[in-house]
Amino acid sequence: MACIEAHGLRKAFGSTIALDGIDLRIEEGRILGLIGPNGAGKSTALNAILGLTQFEGELKVLGRDPWSERDQLMRDVCFIADVAVLPRWIRVADLLDYFAGVHPRFDRAKAERFLSRTNIGLTRKVRQLSKGMVTQLHLALVMAVDAKLLVLDEPTLGLDILFRKQFYDSLLNDYFDRSRTIVVTTHQVEEIQDVLTDLMFIDKGRIVLACSMEELEERFLEVMVLPENAAAARALKPIHERQVFGRSILLFDHADRNQLAALGDVRTPGIADLFVAVMSPQGTRQ
Amino acid sequence: MNTQSDELPDSPAPEVLSPTRPLFWSIRRELWENRSIYIAPVVVASIFLFGFLISCIGLNRRMRTLPTLDLMKQHQLVVRPYDTAAFMILLTGFLVGVFYCLDALQSERRDRSILFWKSLPVSDRTTVLSKASIPLVVLPLLVLTITVALQIVMMMVSTLVLLGNSPGLIALWSEVKFVQTTLAMVYGLIVIALWHAPIYGWLLLLSAWAKRSVLLWVVLPPLVISIFEKMVFHTTHFGLLLKDRLIGFFKEAFDASTQGHAAINPLNELTPGNYLLTPGLWIGLLFAAAFFAAAIRLRRNREPM
Repeated sequence: MACIEAHGLRKAFGSTIALDGIDLRIEEGRILGLIGPNGAGKSTALNAILGLTQFEGELKVLGRDPWSERDQLMRDVCFIADVAVLPRWIRVADLLDYFAGVHPRFDRAKAERFLSRTNIGLTRKVRQLSKGMVTQLHLALVMAVDAKLLVLDEPTLGLDILFRKQFYDSLLNDYFDRSRTIVVTTHQVEEIQDVLTDLMFIDKGRIVLACSMEELEERFLEVMVLPENAAAARALKPIHERQVFGRSILLFDHADRNQLAALGDVRTPGIADLFVAVMSPQGTRQ
Repeated sequence: MNTQSDELPDSPAPEVLSPTRPLFWSIRRELWENRSIYIAPVVVASIFLFGFLISCIGLNRRMRTLPTLDLMKQHQLVVRPYDTAAFMILLTGFLVGVFYCLDALQSERRDRSILFWKSLPVSDRTTVLSKASIPLVVLPLLVLTITVALQIVMMMVSTLVLLGNSPGLIALWSEVKFVQTTLAMVYGLIVIALWHAPIYGWLLLLSAWAKRSVLLWVVLPPLVISIFEKMVFHTTHFGLLLKDRLIGFFKEAFDASTQGHAAINPLNELTPGNYLLTPGLWIGLLFAAAFFAAAIRLRRNREPM
């Protein structure tokens, strides 16, 4: 069964179209990175998936309609967003009690085990914790829920690099297994490159690129060439070109690896470079 | 992919929660967030008790003047502090309930925690009902408990002060009909909660709807409507309607004409049959249900401000 399935998913705020008829299918056990510029429709798509906003078109999450069955759906779905802040007035111990009280799949002992590895005391209030600690707390709560889908919307925004690294490490080591699905949006794309199994670029409410990381490695190649080879490389129709230290780096879609290897060093492009290549007007023109 | 665990999780069968469990925990959550719900009546009770203790200095002297007064005055002199205590705490409960409702569905949007609450398997209906049950169930129970506790302490203190003054003691224990007044209070609290339900429903609805200053939205429109009515039609129906919704329960649920005989038994004042036949009760409850339903629908669409 697909974890998330959408056909013609559309959402408009007045005359602004946030989602312009999206079709997507996310299988169980994938870690999907949803990448796009600000205002591309990422958060709107996630809100629709979480039942936080109404939409047009067809959308099923774990076989349910998220808008009409949000509370049922949330037994199997967890959500961390930079904007979904934990209430500042609550005590950590009360938060655990509340989760245990309302969530049928919450394992309190597990959450306490995760928290014991941090500096977060159970008697503290959320307002006394630093931003990084609040995210650690939220992650500990979410990881103690036996959910099928985890949605992360800019979960590490405003955190320092150590917290960010730790966040994805614990997510992969202590939480992810192949029966769970994770959907994550972030601007810090390099940090999740090795985490993802699937990638989706979204811009102006449309999906620009959707592929698995294996496909990405097969499809896209980047070659760094010396100036004397630049003209020959350009003749192979790269989708994007940039200059680094006097050398040209050209990015190709569906190119012959051997042909490129003759011109310079070939490698798989980073998500950030691929994103720029696919999104920038210059990239599409070439 | 060395980071992925190779063992498949043994996913336990989902534990079945009773549907009232999220409601129970949501109400507890409200009490954690809004501690004024129980602190305010306790503080008022403490201040009242302090005043009462000071007034006990003259209690012996006052009790000795009792035989010189007529029966009605005797009754009032002895019972008044106990009635005043109940009234003060009742009023506190009402004010706490009103201000609680003004904020209940707005604060979660203001502090943006609404997205967090919505990420849990708690329906909008459960959330709104848990908030509605604060003024309709929790506060009446608190008012009752605190009032009874306060009156017991007052009785014990008075008894201690009057030790050795047996006529005074007899007057105190015969005039203050503890069980009957408590029963009458239970009745009164139910009567008031049902009568005021549309008020709380309306306040919750406004707090789910208003972007800012809910209080202004509560106060200004009725004021404008009243002034408009007065100027154009020279009538005050709207104002009277509001007044009836605030205090109209009294003339329906209690028989004020027996006031003189109340000394015998406060339960004689109660007219539950008449109250249940009052159209105002049922119309009000219909409005309350509509307001709660609208608040539930609104919260579904609500996002952080």
